[in-house]
Amino acid sequence: MEKPINVKFAGLGGQGVIRASDIMAEAAFRAGLDVKKSELHGMSQRGGSVSSDVRFGKEVWSPMIPAGESDYLVICSSDQVENNLPALKKEGVLIRPEIIDENALMNKKSLNIALLGALSAKLSIPEAIWLGTIREAFKPELFEANEKAFKLGRTAKV
Amino acid sequence: MGLKLSDKMLVHGDEALAIAMLDAQVALGAGYPGTPSSEILETFAQIGGHAEWAPNEKVALEVALGAAFGGARAVATMKHVGLNVAADPFFTAAYTGTAGALVVVSADDPGMASSQNEQDNRRYAEAAGVPMLEPADAQETYDLFFTAIEIAERWRLPILFRMTTRVCHSKSTLVRKPHPLPPVTYAFEHDRKSRVMVPGNARPAHRRLRGKLAEIAEWNEASALNTVTKGSKDLGIITSGVCYLHAREAAPEASILKLAMTYPIPFKKIREWARGVTRIVVLEEGDPFLTTAVRANGLPAEGKAEMYRFGELSVERVRRILAGDLSPEAAPTPGKPPQFCVGCPHRRTFEILGKMDLIVAGDIGCYTLGVLPPFSAMDSCVCMGASIGVGLGLRHVLPEDQARRVVSVIGDSTFAHSGLTGLAEMVYNPPKTGHVLLILDNGTTAMTGLQDHPGTGYTLGDCASTRMNFEAVGAAMGVPKIHTVTAKDSAEDFEQLLRSALAANDLTLIVVRNPCLLAAKKINARKQAAAPAAAE
Repeated sequence: MEKPINVKFAGLGGQGVIRASDIMAEAAFRAGLDVKKSELHGMSQRGGSVSSDVRFGKEVWSPMIPAGESDYLVICSSDQVENNLPALKKEGVLIRPEIIDENALMNKKSLNIALLGALSAKLSIPEAIWLGTIREAFKPELFEANEKAFKLGRTAKV
Repeated sequence: MGLKLSDKMLVHGDEALAIAMLDAQVALGAGYPGTPSSEILETFAQIGGHAEWAPNEKVALEVALGAAFGGARAVATMKHVGLNVAADPFFTAAYTGTAGALVVVSADDPGMASSQNEQDNRRYAEAAGVPMLEPADAQETYDLFFTAIEIAERWRLPILFRMTTRVCHSKSTLVRKPHPLPPVTYAFEHDRKSRVMVPGNARPAHRRLRGKLAEIAEWNEASALNTVTKGSKDLGIITSGVCYLHAREAAPEASILKLAMTYPIPFKKIREWARGVTRIVVLEEGDPFLTTAVRANGLPAEGKAEMYRFGELSVERVRRILAGDLSPEAAPTPGKPPQFCVGCPHRRTFEILGKMDLIVAGDIGCYTLGVLPPFSAMDSCVCMGASIGVGLGLRHVLPEDQARRVVSVIGDSTFAHSGLTGLAEMVYNPPKTGHVLLILDNGTTAMTGLQDHPGTGYTLGDCASTRMNFEAVGAAMGVPKIHTVTAKDSAEDFEQLLRSALAANDLTLIVVRNPCLLAAKKINARKQAAAPAAAE
């Protein structure tokens, strides 16, 4: 069985962890892949730790990434690296929030999308699909800030 | 952003169910918000369905039952503990049956991502004698909902549609292809023998129910709902719901019998399948519901070890179960716990309650976070509405110096859900030292995602409706002392008010009214919109 690509997003409630993972899942779906995505809602809205699993490939079964099998770990808050690190594969890629210069963002809330940009540079999904998905995920007036954030992330050094 | 409907989409289970409800011409969906079920009705309303938040799950189920008596296809949604509240009509609706279709959605929460217990509601299907369907992902949720309607309309019985957190909140592909269903006729026909459950009618109704269940069991034996994945005869797995997906990944070589209808259980089909395998393992979350039943039917099936009864299953846990691994599991790495939002109005209330060292009978909602440091100002939280009864019980038996420190604290939505009868008890059987009830009215059902309720005066469709006035309710029920505290009142005044209420032997209701910060924008916009109308 061909293994799916596993991406775990993590951060704190309010940082857009779920939004970023939704865009990742939708972009993979539009690229024609089988996708599953899972997270726990509820208490997370109150500033606590949040994480979301996205899995995509030819065929995906469980919606949850097995422990220690994440290929990519995208973290929106530096204090959430340590507790999420066990999720990452030995040869997996960690994408930390520090790789983005927050001052270079039009809107600091777009950090999640900038990190998504950094992730996208590692994946084979075409840029047009990413941008199309991002465009539909936000109100029109927020698109520019997020598009810029995404492009900034795409050139960031992971 | 709202859901955009198309023929093929990536949706979570709650959304898939809402789309199925729309495509199956469900006339009415009623429920009470509760993670992980809340998005079903929110989505149904958003895509054009008739959805409503009832004050609680019991009322929601009764409204849906009434609609089904009128010939409609109706759905009641709730989280697992909501079915406890709705259990009364649920059991007897199995006797009455329906003219149309009634589907009761129970969203269970194994692992308690956002719940006070991890009860396994499959037990309710057997206890009430209600057929149960369990989907594994979005596509199955959609398809099985049509099956639920077909069974409900063929046998005129309610259906328990049991989902779990990982089905409700996991996204996967949905190909939207409605199953053909007969047209619905809405008309009332008298059927008193079926629906008026006096003993003389209920006795034959129980026999009728058992007869229907026997027929459904036969039907389920031959149905295509329960599927076989061919594999090695060395390992046979019986499973249902999301565990099937974990099983396919953890044991791709296994033979799998996946049950979509888990009550009545198709034992003949299981026995026939079991002949082809040498080892049988039942994979299920929570209670050994299928395991016990299969073993009682004489099959040497293995269940999971007791340690796997707690929490959800996953690919790695399934691997461990299959390997008989009983070694301790790695503890989950602790993240940051949830807390009151910065500037949340509940903070001040719990600072005062903590500072005064009160005995706080608490309730379910965001404000349950008052139990955490630095507040540490909650002493019990059991179920929706329990704060009032528990507070009164403590008052009745504690020595006076302690009894005087007892307060009950309940949120606005929780009060509308289950606080009214507690309040009736308070005025009917008042403790000698009196009692103090705080309704923390933040103008929304905050914890589950800012839903409206009778106390906000707005409906699920965001339409203005009658607002339940808590102070007026208290007065009408006979509470002698009623106060309202807002952000304009100082913390000192609030504390002084509490001190004098606790010192008196009276019953006091204090409504602490401060809008939730997350809902403030919506609440203010409504006030603005209502202002010109009020001035006319």
